Formats: sequence, C-alpha cells, structure tokens
Amino acid sequence: MIEGLNPALILIIGALLVPLFPQPWRRVYVIALPLVSMLQLVLHPFGTFAEASMYDVTLETFRIDNLSFIFGLIFHIAAVLGVIYAIHDDDPIHPTAGLIYAGAAIGAAFAGDLITLFVYWELTAASSVFLIWARRTESAFKAGMRYLVIQIGSGVILLAGVVLHYRETGFISFNEMNLESIGGKLIFLAFGIKCAFPFLHNWLQDSYPEATASGTVLLSAFTTKLAVYALARGYAGTDMLIWIGALMTAFPIFFAVIENDLRRVLAYSLNNQLGFMVVAVGIGTPLALNGAAAHAFCHILYKALLFMSMGAVLLRTGTCKGSELGGLYKSMPFTTVCCIIGAASISAFPLFSGFVSKSMIVSAVAGEHLTFVWLMLIFASAGVFHHSGIKIPYFAFFAHDSGIRCEEAPLSMRVAMGISAALCIGIGVFPGALYAILPYPVDYVPYTAAHVITQLQLLMYSALAFTVMMLWKIYPPELRSTNLDTDWLYRKGATEALLPVTALASQTTKDLFTTLAKLKEKTLGLFEKTVGPGAWLSRSVDSSGMVALTMGSLLVFLLLYLL
Amino acid sequence: MKEKPENTWFDKPANVKKIIFALCVICALLLVAEFFYHKHAYFAVEEWFGFYAFYGFIMCVLLVLAAKVMRVFLMRDEDYYD
Repeated sequence: MIEGLNPALILIIGALLVPLFPQPWRRVYVIALPLVSMLQLVLHPFGTFAEASMYDVTLETFRIDNLSFIFGLIFHIAAVLGVIYAIHDDDPIHPTAGLIYAGAAIGAAFAGDLITLFVYWELTAASSVFLIWARRTESAFKAGMRYLVIQIGSGVILLAGVVLHYRETGFISFNEMNLESIGGKLIFLAFGIKCAFPFLHNWLQDSYPEATASGTVLLSAFTTKLAVYALARGYAGTDMLIWIGALMTAFPIFFAVIENDLRRVLAYSLNNQLGFMVVAVGIGTPLALNGAAAHAFCHILYKALLFMSMGAVLLRTGTCKGSELGGLYKSMPFTTVCCIIGAASISAFPLFSGFVSKSMIVSAVAGEHLTFVWLMLIFASAGVFHHSGIKIPYFAFFAHDSGIRCEEAPLSMRVAMGISAALCIGIGVFPGALYAILPYPVDYVPYTAAHVITQLQLLMYSALAFTVMMLWKIYPPELRSTNLDTDWLYRKGATEALLPVTALASQTTKDLFTTLAKLKEKTLGLFEKTVGPGAWLSRSVDSSGMVALTMGSLLVFLLLYLL
Repeated sequence: MKEKPENTWFDKPANVKKIIFALCVICALLLVAEFFYHKHAYFAVEEWFGFYAFYGFIMCVLLVLAAKVMRVFLMRDEDYYD
C-alpha cells in the first residue's frame, strides 16, 4: 500500500499499457491490475489525500470515507469480474477501455471536489463509448454517438453548474448541496441524466443493448451507480428524489414486459432498480442511505450476472431476441442456472442478495409512512420479478424450443458467472459482511418471519399471475418489434419536426453554392479574357517584328550618324 | 464422439404440470402461513388478510394488461429507426 496513491490512477495508467502486452501475458496483466488496485484501496486508511492547489481553490483528488469506500470497492469487484468475463476475447479494446472506465468511475467516487469529479465524470463517458463501438456494427456506431452526445452533455451541464455553484458559494468541495441555486439545479440535472431519471433515461435502453456481450457487463456497473453515489453525496434527503425514484421504479417495467430484446429488458429493469436507490437517497435517513449503498452493491453483482448470462447467449446464438430464443437450457445448463440465480437475486428472494438490500429501502419508506410510495415500490418489486425474474430466464432458456443447439459459454464466462452467482448467494445468506461496510452502523434484521413470508407471498403470487396468463394466453407474446420510448423525440420526432428548417437550410446552402458557382464562372471568364490562353495580356507576340524594328531603328541611327 | 443424451425434462407436459401444481401448493401454504406470524404493520392495509399475495397477483395482471394496451400505441417494425 502506498499512502495517498489513488487506485483510480493505478487502473487508468495501467490500462493504457494493456495493448503493449502480448498474449498470454495480457490475460494475466488485466486481471492482476484491478486486483492490485483493489488491494491498494482495501489497505488504505480513510481520510483526504492528494490535495492540490489550482489558482485559489484546493482540489481534494482522493477522499476515502464510509460512503466512497463501499462504492470504490464494488466498482473494483465489477472491474475484476468484467475482465475475467471477457478474457477469451483477444480484442484489446475491452480490457483497455473497460479498465480506464472503471478507473474513471472509481476516481469520481473518490473525488473530494467538484472539479476532480467533472474530470473523471467526462472520462467515464469518453472511455465507455468504446465498449459500444467495439461491436463494430453500423447501429452500434450510431447508438454510441447518441450515447456520447448525452454523456458528454451531462458533463458540460455539470461543469456549468460547478462554475455557478463556485460563484454563488465560494466552495468547490463535493459535499451536500441544495436545489435553491441555479448551480445546484444544474449539478442535480447532470447527475439525473447519468442516473437515468424519467424522461432523461432513454440513453440507457438505447445504448447498452448495442454494446458487445462483454461491454454491456461493464457498462451496467459503473455510470448509473456513480450517479447514485453522487446523489447520495450531494442531495441526500432531497424530497423530490423520493417521487422521481418512485416513478423510476414503476414506469420501466411496463416497457420491459413488451420488449423483445432481452438485454433491453434488462436495461429497463436496471432503470427500475435505480429507482429504489433514488427513493432511498431522497429519504436520506441512515437506514435509507445504508439501503441505497447496499442495494447498489448487490445490484451491480446481480445485474452483471444477468447481463453475463444474456451475453453468453448472444455470443453462442448470435441473438438476444426473445422471439428467436427458447429451450436453451439443454445447450447451456450452466448459464441457465446462473441466470436463474441472478433472476432470484434481482427479484429479492430470501437467501439471495437483493432481499437483504431492498428490504432495507422498503423498511425505510415504511418507517416514513409514505403510503403511496410504499405501494409503488411493492408493485415495482412484483413487477421486476415478473419481467426480470421470470421473463428473462423463461423466454431464453425454456418456453418453446427454438431448435437452436449451441455450445455452453466459454470457460472465462462461466468462471465470471460462477463467482458472481456465488457472491449473490453469499451476500443473501450472510448479509453481515455487507452490512459491516455500509456507511452508517447497521441496526437492521432482514430475516424476520414477517419479511420472509410477505416477500414470498408477493413473489409467488406474481409467479402465479404469470402462469395463469401464460396458460390462458393473455400474456403478450414476444414479437420482433421496436417500442417507442423518449429516444423517439430525438431520433424521429425532432428530425421530422425540423424538416422545414433543415429543408430551408439545405435549399439556402444550395442557392448559395449556385451563386458562388456563377460568380466563379464569371470571374474565371474575365480572367480568361485578360490572361487566359490567347488573351491580350498573355498573347505571345512574334519576336521577328521586334528584331526587324530594332534592326530598322539601328539602321536609321547609323544612317543619321554617318550623315 | 458419443453425444450426451439431451435433457428434455422441462419439455414434457407432465413435468410442466408438476411445476404448476407445486406453485399452487406453495401459494396455498403461503396463505395458510398468514395465521402463524406476528405482523408489525406500518400501514393499515398490511393488516388485511393476504394483502401481499393479492396485491402481487392483481398488480401483475394489471401490469400485463396495461403493457398490452401500450403495444397498440408504441409498437413499430423492428427496422423502424433504420
């Protein structure tokens, strides 16, 4: 352990060296790097380090405390699992971009001031887009561009907010802020974009399913949970977050039910899970903030596990569409089991990780007597089981046999899935280890008879509802389709609404060029007339006349002289 | 190379029936369990008999019905944006 050395720098600088290593050394290096960085974090004492002065502000580039530690730790675990998952792939883009991205997210979590936060905030955007482009398809390229515009845009709004905040308060440190000033509002908006708030959310469902199998696993871990951390750091206890979060838990599940691309279904459920964390941050009590941090921790693991299982399906079958899949449990039994463990965890089954973290949030909401919000969260809990817990494994691995026969996932993927699944169960069975690293002292017992029975009632009757609707053929079948979401606004709506403007602009440009062309013709014509070939200024005149004239004048001169 | 015989347990209708039967038994037992634990309710509705069970069932049905209606308005061809 080197005191004051930020693990983010180990990852970012180390990642730049990845392409220099030949195989098989690169495999060893990319796994060792986040492990070394994680060791540096775990052994490092708490406090503020690596301070630097810039003009008259002090930057605290490495602040490690109760809240940032747990996020730094889970980001490291996600980085290790992400690189193991992709180790079979020789493409150096994944480990390079992935580890820079992880390093940037960790750096942002440890940022003690808003300038440092901004720098790492933008680096997460710039590095992560390569995980989308690595798919190397036309649609991935376009989705990556849309993703980049929105992510960098969030950073620009953050910077504007930081500048105004500094002018209004004179402070640059990253601590509690409020929504009263314009600066505070802009920073909140920047966080909200990355956190996929309702109506700002659609970059997530648009881009994540376009990334590579390994890319989505890494993408799912960092950006949005960094935003949750940033909200917990800056806006804990902001009432508005309770309602934003409650809406976030509910609306994505409707889209998830009708979505055909199973990785997009997972992206919607990711959005729904973020809602639980945002509600908890909005409540802002120690129990709620513990719940938010614990849920972020568990969520990163089970969401990565679910994306890993769907990534394995994508790799082996070439598609992730529910309408094309089915019956894969015969070909990919290990992946099936891992997917079901991830599904049980996200659904918060007792003995799985989601249960010990989500129940903290629901208890915190109940403790505040927020009846309507509580009803929404219970509904969202049932809904997430319905679409992530049942729909994902059912349509991929069971349902009707699609006839696809493929190999089981490669060893690297199975190892990563196996570790993630073990962690999901481990946390669910022994929540004490997780509770020990939460930001506040924990006085909470997840396994009471009431918690377990009510949760099982909720889940099993949701499963019953699914079964009844499948048997009676009420459940909407998986169809090859695109569902409109807010991205329609900028992908279709805006381009069509602006059609007159763009048409006018293109006509004006055309006119301008025609005029320019005419002007050019005229100028050239004039040029041609004066200095062009054969024009009077460039005409070549026979020199014999000149010689004769000279001779003649000499003769005249001579004659005159002689006379 | 000898192919391993394929595991087709879940494809057999009899086995699917077993799973559905097991689910029904579990659901019934969970309602019976209502009598055997102490509720410390934060809200009045939690005191209702089997509130979580009925709420879960009804909301899931409503969720799916609402999503089906959404399809009418939101569903487009797969290559809509291409």
